[in-house]
Amino acid sequence: MTAPTALVDVAASTRRRRPSAKLRASRIAYAFLLPFIVVFTLTIVVPLGYALVISFFKKQLIGGTVFVGIDNYVRALGDTLLHDGVLRVLLFFVVQVPIMLLIAVLAALAIDSGRLAGSRIVRIGLFLPYAVPAVVAALMWGYIFGGRFGLAGQVFGFFGVPAPDFLGPGLMLGSVGNIVTWSFVGYNMLIFYAALRSIPEEVYEAAAIDGAGEFRKAWSIKLPALRPALTLALIFSVIGSLQLFNEPSILQALRPSVITTNYTPNLYAYSLSFMGGQTNYAAAIAVLLGGLTVVIAYVVQLGVARRDRFV
Amino acid sequence: MRIRKSPVLTILFWMLLAYFMLPLVWLLVNSTKSNEELFTTFGLAFPNTFAFFDNVAQLATYQDGIFFRWFGNTILYAVVGAGGAALIAAMGGYALAKFDFFGKRGVVASILGATAVPGTALAVPTYMLFTQWGLINTEAAVILPALASPFGLFLMMVYAQDAVPESMIEAARIDGAREWRIFFTIAFRLMVPGFVTVLLFQLVATWNNYFLPLIVLNESDKFPLTVGLSLWNKLANAGGVSVVQPLYPLVITGSLLAVLPLIVAFIFLQRYWQSGIAAGGVKQ
Repeated sequence: MTAPTALVDVAASTRRRRPSAKLRASRIAYAFLLPFIVVFTLTIVVPLGYALVISFFKKQLIGGTVFVGIDNYVRALGDTLLHDGVLRVLLFFVVQVPIMLLIAVLAALAIDSGRLAGSRIVRIGLFLPYAVPAVVAALMWGYIFGGRFGLAGQVFGFFGVPAPDFLGPGLMLGSVGNIVTWSFVGYNMLIFYAALRSIPEEVYEAAAIDGAGEFRKAWSIKLPALRPALTLALIFSVIGSLQLFNEPSILQALRPSVITTNYTPNLYAYSLSFMGGQTNYAAAIAVLLGGLTVVIAYVVQLGVARRDRFV
Repeated sequence: MRIRKSPVLTILFWMLLAYFMLPLVWLLVNSTKSNEELFTTFGLAFPNTFAFFDNVAQLATYQDGIFFRWFGNTILYAVVGAGGAALIAAMGGYALAKFDFFGKRGVVASILGATAVPGTALAVPTYMLFTQWGLINTEAAVILPALASPFGLFLMMVYAQDAVPESMIEAARIDGAREWRIFFTIAFRLMVPGFVTVLLFQLVATWNNYFLPLIVLNESDKFPLTVGLSLWNKLANAGGVSVVQPLYPLVITGSLLAVLPLIVAFIFLQRYWQSGIAAGGVKQ
């Protein structure tokens, strides 16, 4: 008689207790999450919302700050100075990112293949630039490419050839690309290398039984395994390219005539708000740029995912 | 089975490595030159007079040794910012991994969404808000934004899922341990490798940060190294300004000192950044 009652009781009490258990868990979980939620709100959510709000206003000489609706956005869409910068970072993205990712993939494949002597040193060496601040990276390369005591010029001079102007209007974007590639090849390589290491040994054994050679293995096993990591790297690269600021900002000191104030959208927004006093317009540009970044990142993800379906 | 090394592959990638090491070697070599020999000697050749210690001595005295003030500021920002960010991420990641709570999906979604928000897009509005809050030109203006690391939180969540067994938490609860105690004495210890990874990456991010301190600080005694070196570079390149002190050797030697700590940290803490990249890059 007693046993069934006890069973029923237990079942009833767990049913009753479940919501309150989750309530208790929620209280504890949010206590642990509270510090993060506070700093997240103060430094990410509020500034984002604030940028959105002020982008609909304008400071006027007479009447102070007034609501102007989407005027700032309309202005941005017709602003050729902004278009210049956007086109430049898009060109940068289209050229620099594939080169960087290709080098990173090849390096990861080479290290993973086991056929590279001293691969541990190569791996650490290629990654080290990631620890170098963008400011110092731009300073070093800027001095190497620069005209005052530039190593590049000295080497060309040694062969009796005049050095191309690496910091001139024609090659500047390439020089910036060189710096960014130098900084991030190693980081991407390690992401790809980690993805390759996660391929189970049995897959290779099966391929070997089927008579697959090294290239066949790389093409049919390793490259498909890299796709998720590649998507991630691409998305980070979209963000990085569109937000380009540090490297051109440093090189601007070396060659102000080439790196104009609208060289990248971020430089433009910076100079608008800190030298031009047009913070509201700069906020609109920041919002547009953020939106464009999210859209391109999303498209990149779609493109890669669709290709995945064929596998 | 031993795989035969390929000479072609090896030569190719060692050449690539040489290219990647070139600027750092150049920096090292040129930090030993006086301003005069910087202009008269070949870029990769050591000078006739070894001036490295002279350059460091000048760094220590120029503008009352403001360089080492910048160095101290950078250490302060990086240690407090990265340490705080890693601890906050560890606590949050533990909560996300080990508790079933109301609104969890929303929290995870907004954090993942935030990793896509470009940091620099926030710079201008952050500046304006900090002006209103009276934070401009304070240490807090640099440290506060460094504390929020959505990517770090995500990494800690992934790490805590595997590293902290639920049975251990349950056993501690049955023993009557309080939740804070469980976290700090049991869970956190198991999460230390993940914590060090996040710490390392945040250390790099804060140490190397340039844009944010550039806009929220306007007095040079609060500058981190990046902003200070960039200022000197601007002065060094501003033609026509007669500067009594030649600045190029200071910028070069200062840059070397600025990168050394992180390079040393990375070489000695390899285990951590490698496992961190594996966790963040593969388990997305």
